[in-house]
Amino acid sequence: MKVLVPIKRVIDYNVKVRVKADNSNVDLANVKMAINPFCEIAVEEAIRLKEAGTASEVIAVSIGDKSCQEQLRTALALGADRAIQIDTDLNLDSLNIAKLLQKIVEEEQPQLVILGKQSIDSDNNQTGQMLAALTGLAQGTFASEVKIDGDKVNVTREVDGGLQTVALNLPAIVTTDLRLNEPRYASLPNIMKAKRKPLAVKNAADFGIDLSPRSTLLKVTPPAERQAGIVVESVDELVEKLKNEAKVIS
Amino acid sequence: MSILVIAEHDNAALKADTLKTVAAAQQIGGDIHLLVAGHSCQAVVDAATKVNGVSKVLVADNAAYEHQLAENISLLVIELANDYQHILATALTTGKNFMPRVAAILDVAQISDIIAVESSDTFVRPIYAGNAIATVQSLDEKKVITVRPTGFDAVATDGNADVINLDQVTDAGTSSHVNDELSVSERPDLGAASVVISGGRGMQNGDNFKLLDGVADKLGAAIGASRAAVDAGFVPNDMQVGQTGKIVAPDLYIAVGISGAIQHLAGMKDSKIIVAINKDAEAPIFQVADYGIVGDLFDVLPELESKL
Repeated sequence: MKVLVPIKRVIDYNVKVRVKADNSNVDLANVKMAINPFCEIAVEEAIRLKEAGTASEVIAVSIGDKSCQEQLRTALALGADRAIQIDTDLNLDSLNIAKLLQKIVEEEQPQLVILGKQSIDSDNNQTGQMLAALTGLAQGTFASEVKIDGDKVNVTREVDGGLQTVALNLPAIVTTDLRLNEPRYASLPNIMKAKRKPLAVKNAADFGIDLSPRSTLLKVTPPAERQAGIVVESVDELVEKLKNEAKVIS
Repeated sequence: MSILVIAEHDNAALKADTLKTVAAAQQIGGDIHLLVAGHSCQAVVDAATKVNGVSKVLVADNAAYEHQLAENISLLVIELANDYQHILATALTTGKNFMPRVAAILDVAQISDIIAVESSDTFVRPIYAGNAIATVQSLDEKKVITVRPTGFDAVATDGNADVINLDQVTDAGTSSHVNDELSVSERPDLGAASVVISGGRGMQNGDNFKLLDGVADKLGAAIGASRAAVDAGFVPNDMQVGQTGKIVAPDLYIAVGISGAIQHLAGMKDSKIIVAINKDAEAPIFQVADYGIVGDLFDVLPELESKL
């Protein structure tokens, strides 16, 4: 079966984000970029399905300008077979991303689409669910285990208070949570090989979708700073402060 | 215009965080209806009628909704959507799961995880793991919104709403529930507890998390963990406090052996009082803590337990 893995280029998770002085957005100039960590887990899961003989082909897709080809090459180095870049300079919201991915799902007819549950920049947690709705497919979000079982896939989900397992008819959409797997590192020979793997470029404007924004970003500000408090010398002093100063225990 | 709020519950009890989502709806302003979709969920309906600010409780009691399957719940909400300008759910696992489906079918963008309401179309939400705060104006006619509970104060529960039973059943038939493995605990829920004590990598192993029990027992606290402790395999992920785990804002948060990585701070920095116990005086956690103790947690925890 064919597995489609949409990935996003985001700020590297180790980089400290700074808000621009004019409060228009965060400053991404000269910042290290990487595959969104949850998307990396999605790539890993797809490759493991291929190694297990369940998946026949893994296709990575990313939406953005030419720079996201860097992340697609990383996915190819990790083991994806081919890649698709949907070229656009626009900063699209999740709904428009999902509409473009819907077109790729129609073209490629994958049995499984694996996405990260959210990107660490916009923190929306929407695209997988929206893609599932637009394609009319079932979804297994926040997955910590994915098991193909005939014409169904069993997805164990991380929910408040524990785990929930659902059975989804294939084709289906899965979004990854942290514990699904631990992504591998790309080896140097595989990085070299990835340069020769096919990477198709499609123009976002050619899909006939209205990509106009649905919201306006009015401003971006740094979060309120919390003032550091005091270091107490003893447990006695801590208990006394919590009782009499903070009044949070009795 | 009317606002539809979808109740978060487990068929037995209404999640307290729903009261905070209703508070967000009140700030938007309008006639508020609360949807309870579940199965054999009369206790939830009874609790829902008492939520202040709610004029009607819509009840869809059917096996198709028992496990809150996103495919089925979203279809139900879409059927009701015509009557509402705002549709709100709590940004917990259920709301996060079905709400984007609702938005996509209605062809509107979703505004996720709002922490403040500026006006009926403008909302404030954290981005980049809370390292930046965005103010966003929705251009869609209908607004689909998830609400981060820590941003709002719960409404009171002495109301008296009317109950309307819905008879439509929306079963997409594409998914089914297999089983739940819920952690059984005598302790309060992490999201609802007024005191939380969390352990980090400094706990060294899963067994040492038992050291937190004694303090938690005395304070009636929930027990959490940092992502580092979860990644190291000390404790399960449902205990994780942080950007990728649970966002909490208790009256008292005690961080034990937690260095204070940015992604952990994103999950707890709105707590009223933060206490840090760490042997590294330079740990970033001390920069957000109201009270810090620099010391070995294996000495401090037993002493703290004995003195509470």
